Amino acid sequence: MSTLLEVSGLTKSFFGVTVLHGVDFVVRPGEALGLVGENGSGKSTSMNILGGVHRPEAGTMRLDGQAYAPQNPKDAISAGIAFIHQELNLFPNLSVEENLFVDAFPRWNGLPFIDRRAIRAQTEAVLHEVDLDIRPSTPVARLSQGERQLVEIAKALSRKARLIIFDEPTTSLTRPEVDRLFGIIAKLKARGIGIIYISHALEDVLAVCDSIAVLRDGHLAGAGPASEMPIGRMISLMVGRSIDTIYPDRQTAPGKQVVLAVEALSQPGVAEKISLEVRAGEIVGLAGLMGSGRSELARMIFGLDRFASGTIRVNGQPLDDPTPEKAIEAGIAFLTEDRRGEGLLMDFTIAENTVIASLDSVAGPLGILDNKRIASVSREMGRSMHLSTDKVEETRVKHLSGGNQQKVVIGKWLRREPTLFILDEPTRGIDVGAKQEVYRIINALTARGSGVLLISSEIEELIGLSDRILTISRGEIVAEFNNRPFDREAIMAAATGQRAWEGASA
Amino acid sequence: MKIGSRALLLILQNAPVILFLVLLVVFGLMSDRFFAFNNFRNIIIQAAPIAILAIGMTFVLLTGQIDLSVGSSMYLTACVVALYMPDMPWPASLFAVIALGALIGAVNGFAVTRLGIVSFIVTLAMLFVLRGIGMWLSNTRTLMFPDQILTLNRATVLGIPSAIFAFLVVFLCAWALLTQTPFGRQVYAVGGDPDSARKAGLPVSRIVFLCFVLAGICAGIGGFVSITQIGAVGPKYGDQVEFAAIAAAVLGGVSLFGGRGSVGGTVFGAILIKTVQNGLNIINADPYVYPLVTAAIIFLAVAIDGTRTRIIERLERRTIRPLQAV
Repeated sequence: MSTLLEVSGLTKSFFGVTVLHGVDFVVRPGEALGLVGENGSGKSTSMNILGGVHRPEAGTMRLDGQAYAPQNPKDAISAGIAFIHQELNLFPNLSVEENLFVDAFPRWNGLPFIDRRAIRAQTEAVLHEVDLDIRPSTPVARLSQGERQLVEIAKALSRKARLIIFDEPTTSLTRPEVDRLFGIIAKLKARGIGIIYISHALEDVLAVCDSIAVLRDGHLAGAGPASEMPIGRMISLMVGRSIDTIYPDRQTAPGKQVVLAVEALSQPGVAEKISLEVRAGEIVGLAGLMGSGRSELARMIFGLDRFASGTIRVNGQPLDDPTPEKAIEAGIAFLTEDRRGEGLLMDFTIAENTVIASLDSVAGPLGILDNKRIASVSREMGRSMHLSTDKVEETRVKHLSGGNQQKVVIGKWLRREPTLFILDEPTRGIDVGAKQEVYRIINALTARGSGVLLISSEIEELIGLSDRILTISRGEIVAEFNNRPFDREAIMAAATGQRAWEGASA
Repeated sequence: MKIGSRALLLILQNAPVILFLVLLVVFGLMSDRFFAFNNFRNIIIQAAPIAILAIGMTFVLLTGQIDLSVGSSMYLTACVVALYMPDMPWPASLFAVIALGALIGAVNGFAVTRLGIVSFIVTLAMLFVLRGIGMWLSNTRTLMFPDQILTLNRATVLGIPSAIFAFLVVFLCAWALLTQTPFGRQVYAVGGDPDSARKAGLPVSRIVFLCFVLAGICAGIGGFVSITQIGAVGPKYGDQVEFAAIAAAVLGGVSLFGGRGSVGGTVFGAILIKTVQNGLNIINADPYVYPLVTAAIIFLAVAIDGTRTRIIERLERRTIRPLQAV
């Protein structure tokens, strides 16, 4: 069988540390290769080499049998390699057609003017290929995340890409958008385009890929056809040991005291009579598809969004017209799904981030900040969170891995000893090892008596951690599951809006 | 409710235009001299220098930068023409003004893109440097201009007053450049998201540099048109004009964060500001209230723009479940 891309013996080191040890993989035309591994396993480095950002110390790459050694990203583009990154590289203030041609506009009759007719026709053709029914003159700002991603794919097609690399493409998509994306990927494969698909969402990898390569610490830990790579095998190859219990055991049982009571919370178009309770030391999972209203519910409880009617009580005290300030005062902590945008000050150090929400507690007399105290509380936080570094005063948060960033956000909130912790997608985009750490921290939270409202797209995670699971669909709680073992299928069915499962709880 | 909010949106979206129409009606009711062809022609002639400057400013603002030096740039170029070119034909003076403006813009652009200094600081320093040089060269005297330049004010091209003609030429060139050429669209790309622009392989530094050069050229041309109108230049000439140019652009919908706006909007903003001043003049308002009224209108337009953004966000907010009919 012919090969599109053949990578062999790829080796690369940074500052004397070898991050890739002779990695091999092959992509065939019309096939998708899944590339999985923890953060730091070498996925990004190998993709950066493929994209011409870094040059390898040893090893060869062949594209269609020809030696391929890109010197810069432009070489990769002209060789027909396209990247669809997690964070899309589109200009929202330009139209779709302008985005497709922004770095190489065709000229009108050799004059320095853009040939509008040409770009419109070409854009229409590629939009049709990705089944996107929008006008080429639409500003990208008006498109949803999923549509923008399809525009990126259309852009790749307009450049005659032969190999398209997807890096975590599904994290910000709704389920219908994910299905649509997978349909397009299948179409791309049918056209003979090769795909490299990188994701922490192993179910997605299985759904899309024909073969799978697992990286661990810069080595190829294993590779094979997707049919021989069940999720369990992928995980054990990724972490280097078999994991039966990725979810640590709980030492404590939920208490009696209700820390959060939400009653008949309604907001037209968003939420309809939502009622729920969380007890001290209890983890309540909120299952629902993206766009079901689960994050909106969390935002309303925390006072970020308004609601029309209903009541919220924290520890029995009503929280009227909540604002984030009042919610924090009442003892609520909120880990948003967007830790980059909302949770952390990326340019600040770990220490600064740790105390930013509780500056009063580290101020001396006259309100002057006590730097020694800041350092010691931050170091203490770092130790209890198992942070990868103890240089809390020097390390800027943006230099930490996703998992460690998440620990800093959680650690920051824990300083206030919250009675209720709302966690929205706490493990999104972080690798298996870091996930396990986060799970351990969540359990430690409940042991201290905090209630946890856990929102996650990963049903396994909800099942593994929760004491109870509520399912939300179209802004309504549609089912409640009170007893372990949870029925995965039933939760899934309820989340996708099949009401037959209502009352499935005992 | 839906229709009501649509109408509200429409009003907010066109707030500056509606503001403009309201002003026309108010001034028209207060003075019958306001609605006269000659008066409108005068407004455009008076607006021309500021509008040309503001068009140049638009390029810089679109990339997310700012140029505070254009007023001083006007002053220095005027000094050079008055002091060193009294006997030259006017096209030579115009060429000199454009070349000097481009050079000043190039220095600004170099400092911003190559030395990596924030444009606010670079051009603020330039504001003082250029005025300093001009005052040094002229000994802070008021400079007079030769006849061949002053007669331009009364000249017409194809029956169009020269100031309006210059204004139209600059406007059309800038419009074509921004909307019809790769460079123009890349200006929007750079302003919209500099990081992505770099990743897409766009020559970000060169684009920003060129925008400063264009702003400098426009400052030169705008200054030249202004010289023909006033005939004499003192050390305060062009003072704070950069702010009028920025105000015109912002009034016309240009974002100070880059990536949003158009030259059409900017020109509209410049004309709006001049219309207000003209109207106040015609109704014999106290000259001291001019800046207050101008400031109020700028503030109002920008405040409405902010509200508009928020309301659009609210109206376009995703709903998860169908809204129940009320």
